[in-house]
Amino acid sequence: MKESILSWLKNRYPVDSVTEFAQKKKVPLFQGTIWYYFGGITLFLFLIQVATGILLLFYYRTGADQAYESVKFLMTKVHFGWLIRSIHSWAANLMVLSAFIHMFSVFFTRAYRKPRELTWITGMVLFLLAMAFGFSGYLLPWNELAFFATKVGTDIVGAVPFVGDFLLTLLRGGSDVTGATLSRFFGFHVALFPGIFTLFLVIHLAFVQVQGMSKPIGAKEEELKTMPFFPNFVLRDLLIWLIVLNVLAILAVFFPWELGAKADPFVPAPAGIRPEWYFMFMFQTLKMLPAHIAGLEGETVGVMAFAIAGIFWILIPFFDRSSQRGHKSKLLTYIGIIVVIFILVMTILGYTLS
Amino acid sequence: MSQDFKRRTIVNWLLGGGVIAWLSAIFFPVLKYLQPPSIPEAVVSSVKAATVNELANNSSKIFKFGNKPGLLIKTPAGEWRAFTAICTHLDCIVQYRDDLEHIWCACHNGHYDLQGRNISGPPPRPLEEYDVNIQGKDVYVSKRT
Ligand code: FES
Repeated sequence: MKESILSWLKNRYPVDSVTEFAQKKKVPLFQGTIWYYFGGITLFLFLIQVATGILLLFYYRTGADQAYESVKFLMTKVHFGWLIRSIHSWAANLMVLSAFIHMFSVFFTRAYRKPRELTWITGMVLFLLAMAFGFSGYLLPWNELAFFATKVGTDIVGAVPFVGDFLLTLLRGGSDVTGATLSRFFGFHVALFPGIFTLFLVIHLAFVQVQGMSKPIGAKEEELKTMPFFPNFVLRDLLIWLIVLNVLAILAVFFPWELGAKADPFVPAPAGIRPEWYFMFMFQTLKMLPAHIAGLEGETVGVMAFAIAGIFWILIPFFDRSSQRGHKSKLLTYIGIIVVIFILVMTILGYTLS
Repeated sequence: MSQDFKRRTIVNWLLGGGVIAWLSAIFFPVLKYLQPPSIPEAVVSSVKAATVNELANNSSKIFKFGNKPGLLIKTPAGEWRAFTAICTHLDCIVQYRDDLEHIWCACHNGHYDLQGRNISGPPPRPLEEYDVNIQGKDVYVSKRT
């Protein structure tokens, strides 16, 4: 049976070359092998997002007068509705977390070096899209926290020089955060971003397949131990996915995601408005900047600084000459460590300072 | 040869220009489409925000000024004050704190005094102040001209 199906396929598709390819692929074994799992974890969580997102769509209604009610209905009346929503929210957070880890591990191991520059860039696009997913999805339940977080977040975008106003109206669908904003964010979240994300994901994964796993920098080919990708590494991947799924289930069940109060544009902001944790470091930095720096609004300066830093980060494979020559530059390691510390400190400050 | 070369350059320019024109013909309408048409806002210059007896001293109320929230305050001394309720920092809606006896923004802990001046926290500018007029039993709020 198996034989006949296989030969049926073989007559039509280049099955052999695929299996041969899979057999040849090797994963280097060394201290850092553990970091190889985080790309896969991120992928797994993304798949969960797609599945739960589709399920949520069956009940969700957009619009300022229905969104909150439909989520409430989903959470109180629909069987397991609370669970699906809770998983969607938790998996989103874990996905961003594992994307952070994946990104920094690639950075510190210099896995972005030649010939993988484009893999890094597509990865960065995916990373930014993941954050955009988080930001747009946050508003959809139309609760108070999300409403004000979106006001603040889009207002920050409005601080970008020259195009700020244009972007602000583009995002908000008007000058204020209203039902029009909600419709837009819904469109971004369920149609535009998934489309672009899938495209870049396919490219990113294809690059990884074509070039194989990156070897630790400066390692001697013959001294390096390896493990076959298929089936050994894949099985380990699956095991880890199972563990992640369990962690996710525990979080979703024991810490179900709150809905909060419905957004009302004529009610003062409640205390404790804060963005999701992965925006906290930027947010906290902007908050600590003085109102005016060198004659410009502090915010504008901060936003520009983050934009420049982001562009530098995306283009790092092209700046990093020493990794192309096969050794790590100390300077970049220090920069990386400073970035991590900066993010951690600002995040902690954001949660502890009132 | 050079004749050929010239011809090719011209063709390339035409082709390239054609592609650019074609792309902008697609993206211009799309970008414009994404920009919402500006709906002429009913210009509100004055609204009835409350009745005289509605607020006690040292209390406040959010009222609708057109489609924007406004903040009406009766100070501890019994004076009426009105401002936009939109924080000048990042757009949150401010509130009157009767315990502090001034205006507060919960988003990033911004404080304004009873003149609407930003006195602490991140807000860069004072709140826009409105005029308050009492006509009989009604409290009218209007834009300063
Ligand atoms: S929005 Fe009011 S203090 Fe930031």
